[in-house]
Amino acid sequence: MGKDEPARGSGGEQIRRREADLAEPGVRWDYAPARESREIVRLRERYDLFVGGRWLEPKTERTFTTIDPATEEPLAEVAEAGEEDVDLAVRAAAEAWEARWRDLPGRERAKYLYRIARALQERSREFAVLETLNNGKPIKESRDVDVPLAAAHFFYYAGWADKLEYAFPGRRPRPLGVAAQITPWNFPLLMCAWKLAPALATGNTAVLKPASTTPLTALLLAEVIQEADLPPGVVNVITGPGGRTGGWLAAHPAVAKVAFTGSTEIGKVLRRSLAGSGKRLTLELGGKAANIIFEDAPIDQAIEGIVNGIFFNQGEVCCAGSRLFVQESVAELVIAKLKARLSTLRVGDPLDKNTDIGAINNRAQLAKIQELVRSGIEEGAEIYQPECELPERGFWFRPTLFTNVAMSHRIAREEIFGPVLSILTFRTPEEAVEKANNTAYGLSAGIWTEKGSRILWMAERMKAGVVWANTFNRFDPSSPFGGYKESGFGREGGRHGLEPYLDLDGGAA
Amino acid sequence: MGRAAEIERGAGLARYAPREAVRLATRTAAVDAVGLEERAAALGKRSIKREAKLFALDLAIRCMDLTTLEGVDTPGKVVAMCAKARRPDPSDPSIPPVAAVCIYPQLVPVAVRELRGSSVRVASVAGGFPVGLGPLEARLAEIRAAVEMGADEVDIVLNRSRLLAGDYAGAFEELARAREAAGEAHLKVILETGELGSYDRVRQAAVLAMAAGADFIKTSTGKIGVGATPASALCMMEAVRDFEAETGHRVGIKVAGGVRTAKQAVHYLVLIYETLGGAWMRPELFRIGASGLLNDVLMQIYKERTGRYQGPDYFTID
Repeated sequence: MGKDEPARGSGGEQIRRREADLAEPGVRWDYAPARESREIVRLRERYDLFVGGRWLEPKTERTFTTIDPATEEPLAEVAEAGEEDVDLAVRAAAEAWEARWRDLPGRERAKYLYRIARALQERSREFAVLETLNNGKPIKESRDVDVPLAAAHFFYYAGWADKLEYAFPGRRPRPLGVAAQITPWNFPLLMCAWKLAPALATGNTAVLKPASTTPLTALLLAEVIQEADLPPGVVNVITGPGGRTGGWLAAHPAVAKVAFTGSTEIGKVLRRSLAGSGKRLTLELGGKAANIIFEDAPIDQAIEGIVNGIFFNQGEVCCAGSRLFVQESVAELVIAKLKARLSTLRVGDPLDKNTDIGAINNRAQLAKIQELVRSGIEEGAEIYQPECELPERGFWFRPTLFTNVAMSHRIAREEIFGPVLSILTFRTPEEAVEKANNTAYGLSAGIWTEKGSRILWMAERMKAGVVWANTFNRFDPSSPFGGYKESGFGREGGRHGLEPYLDLDGGAA
Repeated sequence: MGRAAEIERGAGLARYAPREAVRLATRTAAVDAVGLEERAAALGKRSIKREAKLFALDLAIRCMDLTTLEGVDTPGKVVAMCAKARRPDPSDPSIPPVAAVCIYPQLVPVAVRELRGSSVRVASVAGGFPVGLGPLEARLAEIRAAVEMGADEVDIVLNRSRLLAGDYAGAFEELARAREAAGEAHLKVILETGELGSYDRVRQAAVLAMAAGADFIKTSTGKIGVGATPASALCMMEAVRDFEAETGHRVGIKVAGGVRTAKQAVHYLVLIYETLGGAWMRPELFRIGASGLLNDVLMQIYKERTGRYQGPDYFTID
């Protein structure tokens, strides 16, 4: 490229030669490891139960080990609550409700919620690192999504605490009593916030049971709650295996309301067991969301939306866009672009700030993903996975696409809860609606088109609790979230999220 | 679309016939502003450290068009800038020269003289920079003059007036004529994204310029309030990616206007790496036009090597 070098020929020839030079493959730029330090987290060797404002050893005298799914390294021992411990926790919550919380003015309850929200912000890095350690999700997600959204939920519901009469004009909203809250492992802290914030704002007390594989941020939240000087017993956190501990908690006679987020299978068990008990119940269960790409969509942004829809949090998201419906006229283009984009995803150490896809949360979940992917191959769908190295230890799964998927394949019907996308095509908007709704679930849907009228037409027909237009997996505390059909019932978030925790006609008071 | 639609170049150097070019430009995929800006911002959060950062900073220098485009530019100013371009740090031979200097046509002979024997190329703005609304023949004459005086590269402006008036064919025609006037010189077409009003228009403008035979498409003149932004650059990169997929031509990207810090430069490198890939990570296909960026990059290189920052007076002002 020296100045004396160019041999001056005809212009066209010159350009052609230059373009031949430009065909080289180019350099590889390895981003150096950029690991977030875990120093900020002070893990205790052993965590007890948080009951009545104090840390209690479990009557069972048993603990279980919680691990880092990215390395399988043990992080801490956690108390296993037995039936007696559950009873203690519920009684502490019932006593606190009557003596210290039910009749507290709304603005006083709000004060505590604001305190919790601020503490979450102040200790956001600690929460983010701990969440990533215990869940396996990339630090960029726990840092930019989970923790800020959890704080936002507390701020949002703090604002409602003294305005309940205005939220439901002409009604007499009264709290229900003790809420039993059972949360899943995919967004451990955020789901605690979704549950606790509206319950406390409306004047209920809570016994929270986090998922057994991810108890640590809920226990750190209990520390924060203790430091916020919340009256003892208003929030109690107990840990243990989902089936037993959760079962005892939901069944306890002093519980007035059960809120559960988790699998459809357990949701069905809970609903059966609570039938006739008079307890209120909300369920936020599985999903098999349709993400629908029309030919006039902003394709490059739709690709990002598809990637975010199914690979955010390793696809361990109940509202994940796991069924991609692409209009046939652009299917080839979309699939080609999607494959190219997959090769740029960075899979690996969740604590690395540049990691896009982290570890699967637990071995059982990994086995379930592997089993469903095998079924996809056996049923004749075509699998695509990018080349990428996976760590040797820990639970890992490559981002995966399936093309040639039929509606009858298991991978198009069952919730995989992993980084696996099934791609189907459609020809007309009517067909897109019909296929998108042809599922046992109905939690969310995405629509990608430049045509406003089509967005409205589609949204009206989608049997899904949330419909996103030209975006996906976008959450806000002011927006209600919840499902249709086997995805559950009840709404969390927004004004609607207050309702499941209130007796609107004052009967309970 | 595809190679079949491409016209044989023959005498003209444009890649497409006007009707085909207009069809391509007006049928580009829609761009969603929210999604585009989100993606551009997300790539700004990549954490580039140690050897990866040193690689990026070295590349930023090798891809830099060291620029002065002021009414007060004099031979003395250009002589000093050319010295800086050849040896950004006189005390450190490991620092590479920049890709090019970018100046007004009147100063091209000075730069040609000063850069003889070096790898640094001479880029001249021309074609009625920065607005491009003078008589076409005069603008083409300016391009030819710059090349005759020895400019290796010419940075011209898109006629935004014609584009915004819907005269795509007219805008294309001017670019195709400019392509011919530039001959074998490297042609960079400035879209001035800050004046186009939407990312859809940015994409249309990018396609028109590429169809007309631009070697590079460039974000901005640096002469209006808005310069390069990560989102507008990403939008252009996506257009370049599709153009390569459809036609096989690789077109370069130049970001210019408001790029002052090493951190911004690294952000653009991440954008290009994760959108277009490693093939674009070289001066033949990526440039950063800037006047004040070089010293910040040098400062960051020393910081990375020694763990300490040096004061601004340890870096020469040119």
